[in-house]
Amino acid sequence: MSDPLLSVEDLRVEFHTEDGVVHAVDGISYQVDAGKTIGIVGESGSGKSVSSLTMLGLTRTRTARIEGRIMFEGKDLVALPDEQLRGLRGNDVAMIFQDPLSSLHPFHRVGWQLMEAVLTHRKVSKSAARTRAIDLLELVGIPDPQRRVNGYPHEFSGGMRQRVMIAMALANEPKLLIADEPTTALDVTVQAQILALLESLQQRLGMAIIIITHDLGVVAEIADEIAVMYAGRIVEKAATREIFTAPEHPYTWGLLKSIPRLDTPRTDELEPIAGRPPSLIKRPSGCFFHPRCPYVRDAHRRIDPQLEPLPGQPEHRVACLLASNVRADIWRGLEAGEAPSTLRKLAEPAHAAAVGGSEPATTEERG
Amino acid sequence: MAQYVIRRILWGIVLLLLVILLTFLVFYVFPAANPAALRAGRQPSPQVIAYITHELGLDKPLYTQFFEYVKNLVLHFNLGYSYYSQESVLSLIVSRLPATISLTVGAVVLWLVVGIPVGILSAVVHDRQLAQKTRLKMLLAWIGCALIPLALIALAGSTWGSIFFFLWGLVGIVILISYFTKKGDFMDRSAMSVALAFVSMPVFWLGLIVLYLFASDIGKFPILPGANTYVGLTADPWKWFTSLLLPWIVLGATQAAIYSRLLRGSLIETMGEDYIRTARAKGVKEPRVIWRHGVRAAITPVITVLGIDIAALLGGAVLTETVFDIPGIGRLNYAAIVNTDIPIVQGTVLLAAMFVVVANIIVDILYAYLDPRVRY
Repeated sequence: MSDPLLSVEDLRVEFHTEDGVVHAVDGISYQVDAGKTIGIVGESGSGKSVSSLTMLGLTRTRTARIEGRIMFEGKDLVALPDEQLRGLRGNDVAMIFQDPLSSLHPFHRVGWQLMEAVLTHRKVSKSAARTRAIDLLELVGIPDPQRRVNGYPHEFSGGMRQRVMIAMALANEPKLLIADEPTTALDVTVQAQILALLESLQQRLGMAIIIITHDLGVVAEIADEIAVMYAGRIVEKAATREIFTAPEHPYTWGLLKSIPRLDTPRTDELEPIAGRPPSLIKRPSGCFFHPRCPYVRDAHRRIDPQLEPLPGQPEHRVACLLASNVRADIWRGLEAGEAPSTLRKLAEPAHAAAVGGSEPATTEERG
Repeated sequence: MAQYVIRRILWGIVLLLLVILLTFLVFYVFPAANPAALRAGRQPSPQVIAYITHELGLDKPLYTQFFEYVKNLVLHFNLGYSYYSQESVLSLIVSRLPATISLTVGAVVLWLVVGIPVGILSAVVHDRQLAQKTRLKMLLAWIGCALIPLALIALAGSTWGSIFFFLWGLVGIVILISYFTKKGDFMDRSAMSVALAFVSMPVFWLGLIVLYLFASDIGKFPILPGANTYVGLTADPWKWFTSLLLPWIVLGATQAAIYSRLLRGSLIETMGEDYIRTARAKGVKEPRVIWRHGVRAAITPVITVLGIDIAALLGGAVLTETVFDIPGIGRLNYAAIVNTDIPIVQGTVLLAAMFVVVANIIVDILYAYLDPRVRY
């Protein structure tokens, strides 16, 4: 097994603002292999977009402090000088964004924007770049590419525009594609088409994909591995199947249980996660999720859990102070349709074999 | 698009007819000197006035006068004759137009050349925060620059030296203020403060100050031709050029200030858009992102305002023309109003209105060209 294509190691991104230090990303680590897809899931404000923008160096502003390493093909992207990083952008590492209407320049033709993606990194003639632009449009499934290459972004439908963005990202056959909420602005049927397109392109080009979304349905479809982010940290990371069949973090449970299902009675209410995402300036003490967790114990207000592998399952990591067997019991209960309030007693010391699970020796300082 | 242009032109003609009617009404309704009396010489008798009134056709009803005027205009391209000098209004206007055009074109070029780069630079650096070290270096550099005027006084006499001392002092005020303010970028804030100062200045005030300082006949530091030195381009190109420098600077400075502030605001807003982030994510070099993606989108309001400004100036920059005694349309119009020389007023007002109508149509077409989302 060769080295992973991308290895994020303890990445931290802080923004020093007038209101305080915003801890947007607080020590995340993950890896992606070529040809594989990792899905990063979380609510708004979880730090998922900032982490991906940082990969391309797009968060290098006056107020930002970036620490950690992002190893890509032997180079540390965090330490790489601006000019070299620019050479990678749109070339070996490409990114697509959420709203294709506002992300494409309204005044330039689609062909011009595609050609620019090519000409920025390759010394080819204008006509060769134009041919490539037409080929790219065909690759992403846009009909009549010869004509549409002269069109303006507002002349395309939403799904077509996202295809154009994908075409632009693929212009130089990137090894890594970062897709930041690529389907959020599209309707469901178009969503499915775009995801299918991404999968087929991945197979053809062998590229790795990082897909960022708040929609678990999207990652179920396309990701090999899922990392769940909360308040700038990864709280659970596992293979997709594991996340859906045996999740072990209360936040993940909350996300899964809040998805509407076709097979539940209409009279049943949706179960949202109580509370709101925390401020990234003044984060909760102890476990970040404790104010919203139905299974919170006293110790959880003081102790900050680390991301630890499950016993016997090194690929499945969770950051939670409850014991693994307790969590498994709770999940079984949730699957059976019981409410979190009834399951809370499972977390109690009287019931659990060991409370707190693998408690770290020290308490973390809050920023 | 062709349909749209034709429609606009037709409405433009309607508008021009309305303008002519309104000008008629203004002189008919509001008290003004009786043109016949003005022409009649000293202590005219009522018969003389009545005679002149009849000669000038002023005793006909208003609608007849209006109708005859329009008929003459449309059929014979005749704008009438001056009450004062009996010259053809058309020939008067044509003789004065080159001066106004020269003033306008030169000022426009100057204010664009200065205003646009300043606007772009200010927008690009506005959220930069220079380190204390850099600001200190700038302060020291300015102090060091004092040597230049001192040297000039020693070598070339006090005139040039004093000019440079004055400039050094102005720059110094800006540097000192910016050195002690922490917020925002030094270059941006000083440029915008200077711009604000120029925006606030009346054109005629600046014109008089500039003449007072720099006019070759009356100025403290006579370096450029002053008022009443204008000659036509064909007569003496060099004199034409130098005589217009001060007017261009005066008109250009006030406008450059406006345009730099306008472009700065527009560009700062544009650079926050998603498509700028996409361009950077593609690996496009930052100067190209700023120019081809940012300025390309941010320039549209500037173009719109530019069209209107040019039209307004072509209609006669009265204040500048008066201060510098340039024989242009503006002064012609003003003199005609004072003399109740209605045909000339009609003619110049009509000309100005025509420029505005045409400029608006051109600007709208240009806007559709710049922004493909706009379609008529």
